[in-house]
Amino acid sequence: MQVDRRAAHALVWLLLLTMPFWLDWVDGYTALGTRIVVLALAAMSLNFLLGFTGVLSFGHAAYFGLGAYGLGMTIKYLVPSTLAGMAVGVIAGTLAAMLLGALIVRLRGIYFAMVTIAFGQVFYFIAYRWNAVTGGDDGLSGWRRQPVDLGFVRIDLLGSDNALYYWCLFWFAAAVLIMAALLRSPFGRTLLAIRENERRARFLGIPIDRHIWLSWVISCLFVSLAGTLYALLNSFADPHDLRWDQSGDFVIMAVLGGMRSFWGPLIGAAVYVVLQDYISSQTENWMSFIGLFFVLVVLFFPRGVMGVLRRRSAP
Amino acid sequence: MTQLILFNLFNGLIIGAFYALMALGLSLILNLSGVINFAHGGFLAIGAYLAFTLMPYIGFWGALIVAPLVTALLGIAVERMLISRLYGRDPLYGLLLTFGLAFILEDGTRYLWGAATLPFSVPGWMQSPLSNEFFFLTGYRLFMVLLVVVVVAALFLILGYTRLGMRIRAGTLDLEMVSVLGVNVRVLRNLNFGLGIFLAGLAGVLAAGMLGLQPTIGSTLIMPSFVAIIIGGLGSLPGTLLGGLLIGVASGLTAVFFPSASEAVIYVMMGLVLLVRPRGLLGEEGRF
Repeated sequence: MQVDRRAAHALVWLLLLTMPFWLDWVDGYTALGTRIVVLALAAMSLNFLLGFTGVLSFGHAAYFGLGAYGLGMTIKYLVPSTLAGMAVGVIAGTLAAMLLGALIVRLRGIYFAMVTIAFGQVFYFIAYRWNAVTGGDDGLSGWRRQPVDLGFVRIDLLGSDNALYYWCLFWFAAAVLIMAALLRSPFGRTLLAIRENERRARFLGIPIDRHIWLSWVISCLFVSLAGTLYALLNSFADPHDLRWDQSGDFVIMAVLGGMRSFWGPLIGAAVYVVLQDYISSQTENWMSFIGLFFVLVVLFFPRGVMGVLRRRSAP
Repeated sequence: MTQLILFNLFNGLIIGAFYALMALGLSLILNLSGVINFAHGGFLAIGAYLAFTLMPYIGFWGALIVAPLVTALLGIAVERMLISRLYGRDPLYGLLLTFGLAFILEDGTRYLWGAATLPFSVPGWMQSPLSNEFFFLTGYRLFMVLLVVVVVAALFLILGYTRLGMRIRAGTLDLEMVSVLGVNVRVLRNLNFGLGIFLAGLAGVLAAGMLGLQPTIGSTLIMPSFVAIIIGGLGSLPGTLLGGLLIGVASGLTAVFFPSASEAVIYVMMGLVLLVRPRGLLGEEGRF
């Protein structure tokens, strides 16, 4: 079993590292691969909270979008530097999460979900209304991702699709490895304990609210990182990135892949992004199909790909 | 200036009445079934468009009654076929399912009736202002407020004094006990869902008369309804009513002084309420 698991991890990384080379054969293109990696990071970050702490957030798009706008506005108005933009985006998203997290951490279950949805809308309205700065409904355009100069090497994000892919994959890998390490640590085990039985965890003397708050902030930090990468990919920040439908997309990715599995959301994101790309190129009524897809997943596939695979392999 | 403030105050009251109607339906469903109905806005739009289609045949008054009823029937069917399968499971699944339904309903209205704004005409005598001084006080607006008052009063009477209403209230407190006492909980939840959707359909017809018909009419009204429920306190219907009116008036007043913040202000209010009173204004401690 241990060998199996290592082999699976190696396979995932191998597939990700070589993606630009085989994506053409399966009728894809590199930007699609980048989208998958970025959205998978968002879905896996959400799943840190959803699948491993058992807290239902339906408002992660807010922090995703804050990352995107933070990056775009920094490059457009302050300094034309990708790294500075990413730093500002992540800090903005994390700070907002820390503040709002303190307000909502005492709520649970469905109440928590509802408040996260509603709070997500604040940032949407700000981006939508503050025309002069954010570009309003048209989104924040008029800026481009900048090459990254590390002193010894220059990464040409603008000219080369592959460079952008590996730039995103680097941050994906860093974030995912940190999250995996956190989940293996005593802190991560405590989160699992809270997920399994909050009352018992409380009786053991675990400060529940503080743990949930930390898990929420970590999750939002990595979601805003994904948001900055998403804005890099598009050279554009869209108010739609902040809206509740985007949050729903992240949740369905996590559920579709399997919430109880670490790699599940990656699979979910891959399936969802490819499907959305295909459907929206085929029909104008893609919204109906996506909606139908949500309904079908919930009714017939609630454990996701990894949940089904695991049950099959179990005796 | 006074007139401007009065105008916006009244406007806010009307908008608040919409929010309240919609939020009351959402609240009913949430309390008894534990499902956050994302598709509520979709049903609202269906109600509005149905009224538009029916009006040439049965007139405004007929449409006002029939359209919400048909919408409620649709809601009852949807609950029976889809949503009822998810009771007792993680609330996540109910959220995702109704989220998908919201997409389908919005896209469906766009497919059937087109994406362009359609005019929705109310009877002529209602459109003229009642007095010159208060030009904004048209008959239709006054009528809307009165209708909402009547409907809300009827709703509370039903909940307070009829057998169905008492069972719904008992069910929100302890569904298992109600079931043990021999009430068919499946039917109860089904009817309750229909009642909630009826309110959504009615809000849709009224909103159509004021805002015009657009497929996105539902998704613009649903978020403030969430805020209304949270401010008023989960589990409390009077709280929901109060929350709806409060945020309507607040956004109306903000529109006078700082128009671009009129949407964001309600979320600030929500933040303040959560800060000082996490259970909401009239919510009970420890219910959620």
